[in-house]
Amino acid sequence: MLDNIDKKIIRLTQDGLPLATQPYLNIAEQLEVSAAEVMKRMQQMLDKGIIRRIAAVPNHYKLGYVANGMSVWNIADEKILGYGKRIGQLPFVSHCYQRPRHPGVWKYNLFAMIHALDRNQVEKHVGTIAELVGDDNRGHEVLYSKRMLKKTGMRI
Amino acid sequence: MNPENIDQLDRLDRSIINAFQNGFPLTSRPYKKIAEQFAIPEQEVLERLNRLQNNKIISRIGAIITPNTIGVSTLCAMTVEQNELDNVAQIINDYDEVNHNYQRSHQFNLWFVVTAQNQAHLSKILDSITARTGYTIVNLPLETAYYLNLGFRI
Repeated sequence: MLDNIDKKIIRLTQDGLPLATQPYLNIAEQLEVSAAEVMKRMQQMLDKGIIRRIAAVPNHYKLGYVANGMSVWNIADEKILGYGKRIGQLPFVSHCYQRPRHPGVWKYNLFAMIHALDRNQVEKHVGTIAELVGDDNRGHEVLYSKRMLKKTGMRI
Repeated sequence: MNPENIDQLDRLDRSIINAFQNGFPLTSRPYKKIAEQFAIPEQEVLERLNRLQNNKIISRIGAIITPNTIGVSTLCAMTVEQNELDNVAQIINDYDEVNHNYQRSHQFNLWFVVTAQNQAHLSKILDSITARTGYTIVNLPLETAYYLNLGFRI
């Protein structure tokens, strides 16, 4: 599906596009292909959904959103799609993922990462989600980060 | 908003970033296209983005890859004894395949993400981590992602 040139384009653009007048040309030169070829392949990867979008990745922490809480929810499987979509669209949620339960060990199947200015605000946002889910909420928790032990970009 | 940071970020900075959150132009001179939208010189867009990147307000402008389309990843949770936490974290962080690792306030106090080229390699890494740390991993791979369509607006 993806050839080596596609993979190299991803690798080179994942760390950020060059801040130069012709960024795609810059990448193209490193790969010894044309800029048009790089743009064509990136468009194809966007069309196929391999690249979700090309955008600025904000540093929440530097923007003052110093409190983050990983909220986890236990929602009936047959209703998770609807709630997932609605929760994923809330402006304070950066990631919203469905993950498997592990009976007896882990009961939550929906993860929503909340970013806020402080912990009180995180709690308020959790309240907003709880209200949205209403009676279909079979329990939730918020896991606050205590220490960041490692954070690097994805390497493939 | 932290006042120190808001000073570094004026209305135009925000507008520039928000303007292309839903689609950075795929044209030969993308920054020029953004500049034209705000009737400012291309060089000013580049300077502003450079400053925002140097100040680490934006970590990068780049492609955001859909999870599990190239490579596979999973979120792992562990319950580690308090006095062994630093040691275990160190062992886990040594793997290049681990890109995030957080200590969280919970019975499951260690949360990390493992990314590998394929499922077989991913399983091998998880087995290796279990063997080296002596702790069980609760494996929580992504099943469905629910996206915010417009990106985080600042």
